Amino acid sequence: MADTIYVGTRKGLIVLTKATSFVGWQQAALHFAGEPVTMVLSDKRDDTLYVALNLGHFGVKMQRSQDNGNSWQETTVPSYPEQPEAAKDQLPWSLSQIWCLEVGALATPGELWAGTIPGGLFHSLDGGDSWQLVRSLWDRPERENWFGGGYDAPGIHSICVDPRDSNCITAAVSCGGVWQSRDHGESWQLRCDGMVADYMPAERQTDPSIQDPHRLVQSVSNPDVMWVQHHNGIFLSTDFSANWQAISAKPSSFGFTVAVHPKNPDIAWFVPAVKDECRLPVDNKFVVTRTQNGGKSFETIDEGLPQGLAYDLVYRHGMDVDETGNQLVVGSTTGGLWLSDDMGSSWQCYSTNLPPIYCVRFG
Amino acid sequence: MPRVIFAPAIQRHVACGEFDVVAHTVREALNVVFQQDTRLRNYIIDDQNLLRKHVTIFVDSNPIVDRKQMSDATKTDSEIYVVQALSGG
Repeated sequence: MADTIYVGTRKGLIVLTKATSFVGWQQAALHFAGEPVTMVLSDKRDDTLYVALNLGHFGVKMQRSQDNGNSWQETTVPSYPEQPEAAKDQLPWSLSQIWCLEVGALATPGELWAGTIPGGLFHSLDGGDSWQLVRSLWDRPERENWFGGGYDAPGIHSICVDPRDSNCITAAVSCGGVWQSRDHGESWQLRCDGMVADYMPAERQTDPSIQDPHRLVQSVSNPDVMWVQHHNGIFLSTDFSANWQAISAKPSSFGFTVAVHPKNPDIAWFVPAVKDECRLPVDNKFVVTRTQNGGKSFETIDEGLPQGLAYDLVYRHGMDVDETGNQLVVGSTTGGLWLSDDMGSSWQCYSTNLPPIYCVRFG
Repeated sequence: MPRVIFAPAIQRHVACGEFDVVAHTVREALNVVFQQDTRLRNYIIDDQNLLRKHVTIFVDSNPIVDRKQMSDATKTDSEIYVVQALSGG
């Protein structure tokens, strides 16, 4: 059972550790005080901790620690090639955010994948010392259809490396659909059959290249199962993203985040909000929804969560589940952090006074 | 020689001294600095080789005019001051 939680916030990386009991979670460290932390990755293959920063004035930076945060080394960051004058992009080819970081194959420590804004997927084989833009995806003509969702420019926020075969990579783009490679990024296929964006003009609603999957997760225990919290609602695939089925949940199917149980693909958690300009908890009551039967029904869980006058919104990476499936953590844009040790059935508040939370991850 | 000075907000991330450089423009001066301290480049210039949006440069107390090419001329006794634009909270 995980005993460390990394919380990436507007004002630094907060590290929580657990002593003997669940209520014993305590802040063990604050790194990069005052700096926005957009992503954190604890790489168990070689005990390396990676942190992506978005320094307001000085751009995106990445730091790496190989001694549990006692010392940090600045790494290279993904860099876009010179933008040709003939490029059709309305936005510059310039890194504005590292939105997700994932490990590559178990057998190749140091192999990393990074999803970025404005939409580039980057690959590193040396722990971030160098990065290569995955041109096979960047150069796809469908990228002309991508547009910003959450930020001004499109971005890759989810990368799933298949636990059965690390050559199979599935990435999700806001707003640009779900893409899958079976050959380690050499070629890509759009995988959005069944997804709908009913907020788009009628003739574009099923266009795969404009879908807005807010967050994509892949079941570890059955990697054919994938869950997406989409702008239009919840979608489930049981055939490795070949087909997607819309799922309805109360009090709302709208939200940004999703987590799937590591041992049971039918169990998934969501944090609903009012669709979509409003983006508040429904009736100002902050709840987590959980399905235990593959989306056939949902439980609305409020025990331990604020029921009234709550404005907490949970971003794409604001929820995580540990490797046992029992511990969960949820962090909100208004600085609330809640923890569960009973598979999300009840929650304990850690704080409502943290900085805006961008990402949470068990260590 | 023109002298290049980086504001404390930058030195918080990349500690560095002042640089006396042989240069006739701001771009030339920065290129010399970046050769001497490669860490600084990514903090001042983005991946399209442009001055970062929230960074400002003064030459003898006047903001540079050509943010794109940084062709503003420098004199032998110029002070080039690189500073963060004030923004955010």
